[in-house]
Amino acid sequence: MDSKNPPERRFVRLGETERRAIQVWIDGRPVHALEGDTLLVALLSSTSHLRHSEFSDVVRSGFCLMGACQDCWVRDEQGQRLRSCSTPARDGMRILTSAQEVEWARLA
Amino acid sequence: MGQARIVIVGAGPAGVRAAQALVERGVRPVVVDESRRDGGQIYRRQPDGFKRPYAKLYGTEADKAQALHRSFEQLQHRIEWRAETLAWHIEPHALHVVRNGEAEVLPFDALIVCSGATDRLMPMPGWDLAGCYSLGAAQISLKSQACAIGRRVVFMGTGPLLYLVAAQYVAAGAQVEAVLDTSASVLRLRALPRLAARPSVLLNGLRLVASLRRAGVHVMTGVTPVEIGGSPQRGVTGMRVRDRRGREHAFECDAVALGYHLRSEAQLADIARCEFRFDAASRQWLPRVDQDGRSSVKGMYLAGDGVRLSGADGAEAAGRLAALTCLADLGIERSDRAEVVQLRAALDKMERFRLGLLQAFPWPHRAAAALPDSTVVCRCEVVTAGELRTAVSELGACEINRAKALCRVGMGRCQGRYCGHAAAEIVAHAAGIPLEQVGRIRGQGPVKPLSVSALAVGGAE
Repeated sequence: MDSKNPPERRFVRLGETERRAIQVWIDGRPVHALEGDTLLVALLSSTSHLRHSEFSDVVRSGFCLMGACQDCWVRDEQGQRLRSCSTPARDGMRILTSAQEVEWARLA
Repeated sequence: MGQARIVIVGAGPAGVRAAQALVERGVRPVVVDESRRDGGQIYRRQPDGFKRPYAKLYGTEADKAQALHRSFEQLQHRIEWRAETLAWHIEPHALHVVRNGEAEVLPFDALIVCSGATDRLMPMPGWDLAGCYSLGAAQISLKSQACAIGRRVVFMGTGPLLYLVAAQYVAAGAQVEAVLDTSASVLRLRALPRLAARPSVLLNGLRLVASLRRAGVHVMTGVTPVEIGGSPQRGVTGMRVRDRRGREHAFECDAVALGYHLRSEAQLADIARCEFRFDAASRQWLPRVDQDGRSSVKGMYLAGDGVRLSGADGAEAAGRLAALTCLADLGIERSDRAEVVQLRAALDKMERFRLGLLQAFPWPHRAAAALPDSTVVCRCEVVTAGELRTAVSELGACEINRAKALCRVGMGRCQGRYCGHAAAEIVAHAAGIPLEQVGRIRGQGPVKPLSVSALAVGGAE
C-alpha cells in the first residue's frame, strides 16, 4: 500500500454498474459517475476526499452518510453549499473540494 | 372522526406503522421525513435504477423490509406525505419544517415523533482521518449505493451491527481485513438468558459470526483500540489494537467502520421540553415515555429507536401502539384492549433483549477516560480530550453544556451527535462524578444546520 500518496479513489463499486454514465467535475477535472449516485459517491469514486477541515490539516471524506454529521459538505462553483451524502449527483455538476472556509481559518 | 391534525416525524418502521394505524381509523396524518423515500435507515430503499432484489439487500430481514415498503405504498395517497422535509423545531402545537429551502409551520393536535437513531461513537486516535466512517455509513454505502467504503476495510466497535455489516461486506465481495470487538466473548454467555427472549435473532447473530470465520475474516473479541494509523492528507492506512493479554496487533487497511450500538435522535423531544431519564444500562439519557409511548408533554408521543433502542421490530410495534394511544387520547377511537396488551408484551420482550445486548456488547465507557490527551474528541472542530479535561480541571466545567461553552466540544456541525456521549464520559471521569450528574448536550433548534434565507423567505410567521 502506498503510504504517502492519497488513494486515487476512496470508494469501491461492488455492483449496480449498468447504470447510465454521467460526468461531474471535481476542482475543474472531469470524472465519470453513474446516474443514481449520491454526490458523495460520485466524488469519492474518483478522488480521495471531499474537503479540508477548517480546524486542522486533515482532509475529510464524510462520516455518517445519513445526513447527521454534516462532514460531507462541498460547494459547487457558484458557491452553493451541498450536503453530498444526501444530494443526488447530476450530469454536469461542478464541485470544489477546497472551499473558502479553509482560507478563513488560516487567516484567523 | 377525521379532523384531528396529527403529524408524524419519520417514515421508518415506527413512523410507517403509526401512519397505518391512523389511516385505518380514517385519519389522514401528515408524515414528514428528511429522506427522499420511506423506510428509515434500516429499510432504506436503493435509488431508482438499482436492481438488487430484496433478499440481497436486506438478507434475513427481506420480508419485513418488503412488507413495510408495501404498506407505505398502500398508504401513500391516504396520508399527506412530505419527503425531503426536515423537522427542525417544535413550539406548542406547531412543528417547524423546511423543504428545499422553504420554511413552513405545521400546526398539530398531536405529534408522533419517530426520529430514529444514529451510530454511537467512541473516539480513538486517528478517527478524524479520511476513510474512517461510522458503521452505519459503511452499511448505507453498500445498501443504498452498492459501494464499499474502501478497498480493505476494518470493522471496529461492538454490537450486533458490527458483525452484520462485516458479513454483508463479505457477501458483496468486499475485502474485510478484520472485525475487532471491544466486548469480551464471555459476556455473551452471561447475557444468554436475556438474549433468549428473541431466539431467532440470537441464532441469526451466531450464524453471522460463523460465516465471517468461515470466510477467513480475522475476528477478535475483547480488544482495546490503540490507534487508527494514517496521515492528514492520505487518510487511513492501518489499525492497531491490543488483545486481552496486552499484545499489540496491526492491520493494514484504507477504511475503518467504527460503531458502538446506537444513540437516540432525541433533539425534537428535548426542544419540546419532554422529560428525560438516565438509562443506566446504556449510560445515555433518553426521553421518558410511558409504556404506550406518551411523553411527559401532552399531545406528544415518541416511538422507535428515537426513544427506546430496541430495533426495527420493536419500532414497528411501538409506532403502532403510540398511534393507537394517540387516537384514544384525542377521543377519536378507543383502543382495542387485546391489541394494546399484545403490543405491550411484544415491547417487553424487545426490552429484555435490548438489556441482553447491552450486557453482551457494553458501551466501553472506560475507554473514554483512557483516551490520550491528544485524541480528537470533537471531529467537527478538532477539540482534543486534553482540552476538554482542561475545561474541567482548570475552568471547573462539571456539566457537559458548560464544558461545551468553554471548549466548544459538541458545538460543531454535528451538534454533538458523535462526540457527546464520549465527551460526557470524559468530563465525568475528570471531575470524579457519576455520568448522570454531567447531564446531556441540550437539543437546540434548528436540529440541523439550515440556511437563514429559508426562514426569511418562508416566513416562520
